[in-house]
Amino acid sequence: MSEPWEDEGPGEVKKFMYVNRKAPYGTIYALESLEVVLIAAAFEQDVSMAFLDDGVYQLKKGQDTQQIGMKNFSPTYRALEGYDVEKLYVEAESMAERGLTEEDFLVPVEVMSRDDLARLMDEQDVILSF
Amino acid sequence: MKYGILVNEGPYQHQSADTAYQFCKAAIARGHEVSRVFFYHDGVNNGTRYAVPPQDDRNITVRWSELAQTNNIDLVICIAAAQRRGILDEGEAKRQGKDGDNIAPGFRISGLGQLIEAGIQCDRLLVFGD
Amino acid sequence: MLHTVNKSPFERNTLTACIGHALPDSAILLIEDGVIAAVSGTAHEDTLRQAMNGRKVYVLGPDLLARGLSTDKVVEGVDVVDYEGFVELTEKHDKVQAWV
Repeated sequence: MSEPWEDEGPGEVKKFMYVNRKAPYGTIYALESLEVVLIAAAFEQDVSMAFLDDGVYQLKKGQDTQQIGMKNFSPTYRALEGYDVEKLYVEAESMAERGLTEEDFLVPVEVMSRDDLARLMDEQDVILSF
Repeated sequence: MKYGILVNEGPYQHQSADTAYQFCKAAIARGHEVSRVFFYHDGVNNGTRYAVPPQDDRNITVRWSELAQTNNIDLVICIAAAQRRGILDEGEAKRQGKDGDNIAPGFRISGLGQLIEAGIQCDRLLVFGD
Repeated sequence: MLHTVNKSPFERNTLTACIGHALPDSAILLIEDGVIAAVSGTAHEDTLRQAMNGRKVYVLGPDLLARGLSTDKVVEGVDVVDYEGFVELTEKHDKVQAWV
């Protein structure tokens, strides 16, 4: 039997999807959207991240940014698991169009067809695009 | 209905801030509440009081300040994005050892949690970006 | 769901990306430079017709006018709305996804 205060959950839980369609470094969207996800983790919502179009490059292994003089923030994707953000979906067609396979990614992902991703998007409560 | 708005782009560079503003006005005219406008990425630049745009065109920052004041809208500038781009309130300026602050009336600097909270509490969250 | 597309199909592939993910019976609203896709006779009219297949497509009138594009030239079947119409669409659909 729990105490009254122990029953307090996060209140309403909504499904938040973060849609990532841009490659890293050419613009700041990849980095700053990742920062949103990390902060959002504290709110105990149902969070998923979708990587499609050039967004699939955000997860690419072996990013070496030394010569462009920017910080390599790709290791941060590995921290997501520690924040209980485990639903990372990569669109199969976007991968194939770019000649990428699951082995190219630095974290475990769930590969999903475009049609399935469309259906998953439709199930969300809030969709954030950057 | 209660609306939350995310503005991802700076004033003038992209139409996002304008479209967001026109949407807010129309939503309010239809009897809705715009409870929060959250500014992220270059969107934080909507909140500098030092902009001096040409007199014969709209003043985007002042427009936001006035809309917010008349309609009790919470204009929030993301602290992380603001630090990167140099939008400071008095407290931040002191903390960071800067010789001045530049935040416009009606705007406040806060964390990304305010965006997530808007997503949870609002009936609709709209993104205006590029 | 209501989808918004704000870039021209000549500049970016966002309308195509949107079409690929917008379920039947969803709505697509073309805004800002995205209104260019709504004009008949462009090289992207096919893309627009794909968008219209099973979905309702709207175009933001103020953005057409701003670009000197006549509402008369909008592809038949695409509805022109103003900002109030934009708000109405967000009332009707349970969420909005921006394709940027």
